[in-house]
Amino acid sequence: MVLFGLITLPSLRQAIQRISGNPRTEEQARRDVMQIPISTPTDVKVKAQMYWLSATSPAALEATTIELPLSADPVERSKQLLIALIADAPTPNQRTLPADAILLAFYLQPDGTGVADFSDALSAETPSGILSEQLVVDSIAQTLGANVNGIRQLKILIHGQEAETLAGHLDLSGLFPVSSSAPAAVPVSQTLGTGQTKPSALSPMLPAPAKQAAH
Amino acid sequence: MVVLDPAHGGADQGARGSSGITESDVALSFARLLRISLEAQGLHVLLTRQANEDPSFDERSKTANAQRGAIFITLHVSSTGPAGTVRVYSLPQEGAPAVTAASIAPRPGLVRWDHAQQGYLDLSRRLAELIQIQMAQRLRGSPETPIAVAVRQLRTVAAPAVAIEVSSVSLRDRAPLDKIAPVLADGVARAVAAFRLVYEAGVK
Repeated sequence: MVLFGLITLPSLRQAIQRISGNPRTEEQARRDVMQIPISTPTDVKVKAQMYWLSATSPAALEATTIELPLSADPVERSKQLLIALIADAPTPNQRTLPADAILLAFYLQPDGTGVADFSDALSAETPSGILSEQLVVDSIAQTLGANVNGIRQLKILIHGQEAETLAGHLDLSGLFPVSSSAPAAVPVSQTLGTGQTKPSALSPMLPAPAKQAAH
Repeated sequence: MVVLDPAHGGADQGARGSSGITESDVALSFARLLRISLEAQGLHVLLTRQANEDPSFDERSKTANAQRGAIFITLHVSSTGPAGTVRVYSLPQEGAPAVTAASIAPRPGLVRWDHAQQGYLDLSRRLAELIQIQMAQRLRGSPETPIAVAVRQLRTVAAPAVAIEVSSVSLRDRAPLDKIAPVLADGVARAVAAFRLVYEAGVK
C-alpha cells in the first residue's frame, strides 16, 4: 500500500497543480476529455508547418514550424494537425480556430476531398466577419496542404451538418481548394551511426519552406 | 439600378463589439448614406431592408435578381481588422461549387439558383477592383486589391455583385466609423459610376 501511494501520489499532485494553475473554460475542459490525443504506431516526430495569425499583421497568416508526432496515415495525420492547430497557437492573439473548438471527425474521400467536422464552437466562437472567417478556413487548408499529401479540397461541417455559413458570412456549402506543398520528408532526428539522416520507411511529410499567406 | 444590401438585421445583429456597436446598425447607416451618393451619380437605388427587418440570404438575392441589369453591393462591418479600413470581396473562380454547363443552365434562359453568380464572376471582380482602388486611395491601410472569398450572400445573385466590409465593431465608439462613412460612400459611388459605363455597354 505504501509503495502504491509513493508511486501514484507524485503524479496525482502534478495533475492537481496542472488543473489549479491553468484556468480553463468548461468547453476547454470538455475538449481535453473529448479531444483524445491521436497516437498511432507510425507516429514520427517531424517539423510541421502550421498557419496561425501573424504576430505583426493580424489580418494575415504566418507559417510557424513546430515539432509534432505525426502519423504516416493521412487521415490520422490530418487529425493530429488540426488538433494542434486548435490547441498550440504560439500566443492567444495568433489563434485562428477558437480554443473551445473540438475536431469531431476527419475523413478523406478517394477524390482528395478532406472533410473536417467540428463542434458548434467553431461557428459560435469565431469572430463574425468575412475576413476573420476566411482566415479560419485558410488556416485549416494551408496547414493541411503543407503537411499532408493527397488532400485537394476541403469541406467543413459543423456537428456533422452542412452549415450555411461559418459565422454569418463565409459560405460553407462548397469546397475550399487545398494547395498541396508537402514533399517527402525526414523526421526531426533520425541518424545513423555515421551521423547521416535517413528517411524512415514510413516517410512522414516535410513541411514546405515557410511562406506568408497574406490577406 | 444598384441594389444595396445592409447585412443582417432584426435579431441577427451580425458582429457585435463590446461597446455595443452592431454590424446591422452600422451597415444600415452606411447604406443610407451610400444611397444618397449613388443617386447623386444618377443611379437608381433599392435597399434590401429599410429598417431593422432581417430578410434571408435568398430574399435579398431575389430583390437583386428581380431587377434587370442591376449591380449588387452587400455592406458588412467586421469584428476585426485595422480600424477604418475597407476590404472589397467578390466570389472566387476556383473553389466555387463544381458546375457543368448543364448545371448552370439546365434549360435555355434559366440559371440554377445556387450558381446564379457564376456567369458574373469576371464583372464582379472588375467592380470589386474599381471600388477597392477608391478605398485604398481614400482610407489609409485599406488593401489595393480586392479579395476573392466565398461570401454566402454573393453566391445566389445573378448580377455583378460585391461585398464591402468595414473594420470594425470592436471600437470604443462609433465616431470613427461615422467619420469615414461619407468618404466610403463617395468612393463607392464613383467606382460604381465608372463600372456602370462598362456594364451597361455590355448589357445592351
